[in-house]
Amino acid sequence: MAVKLNALTSDSYIDVSQYRDQHFKGNRYDQEKLLKQSNTLYVGNLSFYTTEEQVHELFSKSGDVKRIIIGLDKVKKTACGFCFVEYYTRIGAENAMRFINGTRLDDRIIRTDWDAGFKEGRQYGRGKSGGQVRDEYRQDYDPARGGYGKLASQHRPTEARNSF
Amino acid sequence: MSRRRHSDENDGGQAHKRRRTSEPIEIEDRLESLICRVGEKSTSSLESNLEGLAGVLEADLPNYKNKILRILCSVARLLPEKLTVYTTLVGLLNARNYNFGGEFVEAMIRQLKETLKNNLYNEAVYLVRFLSDLVNCHVIAAPSMVAMFENFISVTQEEDVPQVRSDWFVYVVLSCLPWVGKELYEKKDVEMDRLLSQIEGYLKSRVKTHVPMLQVWTAEKPHPQEEYLDCLWAQIQKLKKDRWQERHVLRPYIAFDSVLCEALQHNLPPFTPPGHMPDAQYPMPRVVFRMFDYTDAPEGPVMPGSHSVERFVIEENLHCIIQTHWRERKTCAAQLLSYPGKNKIPLNYHIVEVIFGELFQLPCPPHIDVMYTTLLIELCKLQPGSLPQVLAQATEMLYMRLDTMNTSCIDRYHNHTFLSLNELINWFSHHLSNFQFRWSWDDWSDCLAVDLQKPKPKFVKEVLEKSMRLSYHQRIVDIVPPTFSALIPADPIFIYKYMDESSASLPGYPVSITVSNAIKNRASNEEILTILKEVPNPNQEDDDDEGETFNPLKIDVFLQTLLHLAAKSFSHSFSALGKFHEILKVLTDSDEGKLHILRVVYEAWKNHPQMIAVLVDKMIRTQIVDCAAVANWLFSQDMAHEFTRLFIWEILHSTIRKMNKHVQKIQVELEEAKDKLEKQQHKKRDSGDDEDMEKNSEDEEGQLEEQIERLQEKVESAQSEQKNLFLVIFQRFIMLLTEHLVRCETGSVDVSTPWYKNCIERLQQVFLMHHVTIQQYMGTLENLLFTAELDPHILAVYQQFCALQL
Repeated sequence: MAVKLNALTSDSYIDVSQYRDQHFKGNRYDQEKLLKQSNTLYVGNLSFYTTEEQVHELFSKSGDVKRIIIGLDKVKKTACGFCFVEYYTRIGAENAMRFINGTRLDDRIIRTDWDAGFKEGRQYGRGKSGGQVRDEYRQDYDPARGGYGKLASQHRPTEARNSF
Repeated sequence: MSRRRHSDENDGGQAHKRRRTSEPIEIEDRLESLICRVGEKSTSSLESNLEGLAGVLEADLPNYKNKILRILCSVARLLPEKLTVYTTLVGLLNARNYNFGGEFVEAMIRQLKETLKNNLYNEAVYLVRFLSDLVNCHVIAAPSMVAMFENFISVTQEEDVPQVRSDWFVYVVLSCLPWVGKELYEKKDVEMDRLLSQIEGYLKSRVKTHVPMLQVWTAEKPHPQEEYLDCLWAQIQKLKKDRWQERHVLRPYIAFDSVLCEALQHNLPPFTPPGHMPDAQYPMPRVVFRMFDYTDAPEGPVMPGSHSVERFVIEENLHCIIQTHWRERKTCAAQLLSYPGKNKIPLNYHIVEVIFGELFQLPCPPHIDVMYTTLLIELCKLQPGSLPQVLAQATEMLYMRLDTMNTSCIDRYHNHTFLSLNELINWFSHHLSNFQFRWSWDDWSDCLAVDLQKPKPKFVKEVLEKSMRLSYHQRIVDIVPPTFSALIPADPIFIYKYMDESSASLPGYPVSITVSNAIKNRASNEEILTILKEVPNPNQEDDDDEGETFNPLKIDVFLQTLLHLAAKSFSHSFSALGKFHEILKVLTDSDEGKLHILRVVYEAWKNHPQMIAVLVDKMIRTQIVDCAAVANWLFSQDMAHEFTRLFIWEILHSTIRKMNKHVQKIQVELEEAKDKLEKQQHKKRDSGDDEDMEKNSEDEEGQLEEQIERLQEKVESAQSEQKNLFLVIFQRFIMLLTEHLVRCETGSVDVSTPWYKNCIERLQQVFLMHHVTIQQYMGTLENLLFTAELDPHILAVYQQFCALQL
């Protein structure tokens, strides 16, 4: 007899975002379904120096972590500022979205988002230079993410370039 | 361009879709929205909003009466912090439409019966409170409300029912009185006096063995930690003395008095409380957490006293706001900070006290702990000029009270200090990590002057260790003054026994080199096992043994070498455990093997407790060790020197949780198989005489029955393992505690050492954190372990635990 009030059951922190992995193998419907059932989160804006141990400590606060896959630069095979966190249960991931997303790890505000599930190959950055796409184009200087963005650092005048 | 742009504004919010049509669904959504949102921030006054809404709803009654009834019943149940807003609304509707008022009351009574049937006691309290406030709105006649209260209190006369049952009915009545006490006394003072006197008699007769187990602190100064019913009774008595003058509750119905007093009232139907059912789950008793009083808010409004009814109402409302909005931290923080009447109270102090009260609640916080950390961070963001200071003040106070035990006046019931210490440690370290670990550590340099096992230095040490896990070793060295160096955690590096030539004299050294090379050259498991046959067995003299018995050195050599090669990260180590799973299973075939592998892991990684914990977790999940082995290892002599460290208990509780989840999982599988069989049998009945179908369904049934039998066995076996785990744990506790008590007695020494206090607390913690599971095995525990012969100090813990479900 009592109603479940839509206005009161708002749980917007666990909503799926606008992002869709363009490399996803499958149709839109499959992707939506996987995202809604997923126990895996993408974590972004990490420092290149953030370790698996730090990620584990933080993300264990919302549930038991099954595995962590640190994102790697495709060329250098070093950490390039993102990772995947897979929980044993969906609830663990949901609570991470509610309470860990948007807080700090290694002094940086990190972002979490639903992921359709880790597949081999997805641990690599997709930027031209090997890191993440975002690091190709950004203009700011971020010492924890290799300094200037790749494009920006190419345009910066260097001695070698000018001495001709 | 990056597709992953998350703008701050969209951080956890989603725009509602708006439709232009006026179909019934849309109108119902709109009604819901209007009703849920009334009372929120608005350009118009609350009164005019209520008036307007009452008009809208009245007009919609002909077509949407049932929907409106259901929405109002829901907000009564789910938005208790807005109680008086909605009772006023119902009052206005009743004044305009008497029949609707009557139907609403009936619907509420039906809902109350439902919630009680379904063990939703907290919601039932809100419903009764709503009904009682309806007396103030002239919807319900006072005498009939008093009659309901009398029926509730008559539960205290029942025999052979759990104390928590009668507790609840008394609590409901008392908790309504801040809202409706005045009105009821004006109309029916004789009956109310009788009621209160019955309650007083009941409260005097209650057993309170459970209280010490639930108190965060045991000291009476400066803030007594009162049992919740005692506290509420004191508050109501004071309210009565003040002639029921209550000025804190927001009462919009006062503005509508002229309209409402014209309305006809309804009588509540006679309500008999449902009888006690054996599977009823009444709320557990609790202790009111207090850390602030009128001396603590330096400027501005004064904090209402601990026995003032204002304190009760404020705390109730703040708890309700958290209960409603905990999933959405920004909304929750905003709602807490916009508490009506906030200008008359030191709101930040109340909020911090209520949040810590929940975080430290025993047996466990009502919501996941990390929620509270993030909520406090949001609150700091919204009130950067004031809330961080209150939080710092609170932290300081909690630190100061870490050792509230006066060692000379202990008795067996008051022998713990702070059971929620790990919640404080986890909260503080996580909080600091969001604020660059800025803290005035020098203020706490008093902890350096005492024995490092004392509560204050122990606390700081554990905080630094947890902080290091969220950062790195050098960071911790940098953030504390040099004087704190003794409290800085060890650099979490691997200790390799067979590191270099200096270890050449060790018996396992030669083989360790061979094994290491073999692993690097991707030798097969068989090859490695062959190599390991060369490891001498220190437990044996004959060499004609096949090497099948337990050889600790073999385990040592293999695991040290493997873990050393894989030391780089968790993933490397997990991968190593997975790759050589076969070998590890062979080596840990016996109980001694399992114990020894844990020893080796500890020896190698003792500087890195976090790594130990994740490796133990992995080894349980991959069945290299079992839960009982982990428990035995934690309680073993080898680990005695680590016994008071937080990581030991985290591993223990994590192990118990894994065991519990394992049992639950199989139980769920069994239930699902049983359901499937039932469905199959229904299908067969409905399928008619088709012979082929019958044969197929018989086969399926047979398979299902077999599966159910197998699962049944699996469940029994898992439960047996679970029971055994608790037996091991409690047995070890008893052994350790008894040893200590005997030693102290013979030496005529005070039992109450830091070690002893820690051990008793940890025992209590096991009971509290896993009370649901442990209840199943009470019979065995009482027969085998917690017998009357046990030392009274230890038995007391067990008795307090039993008292929780009296």
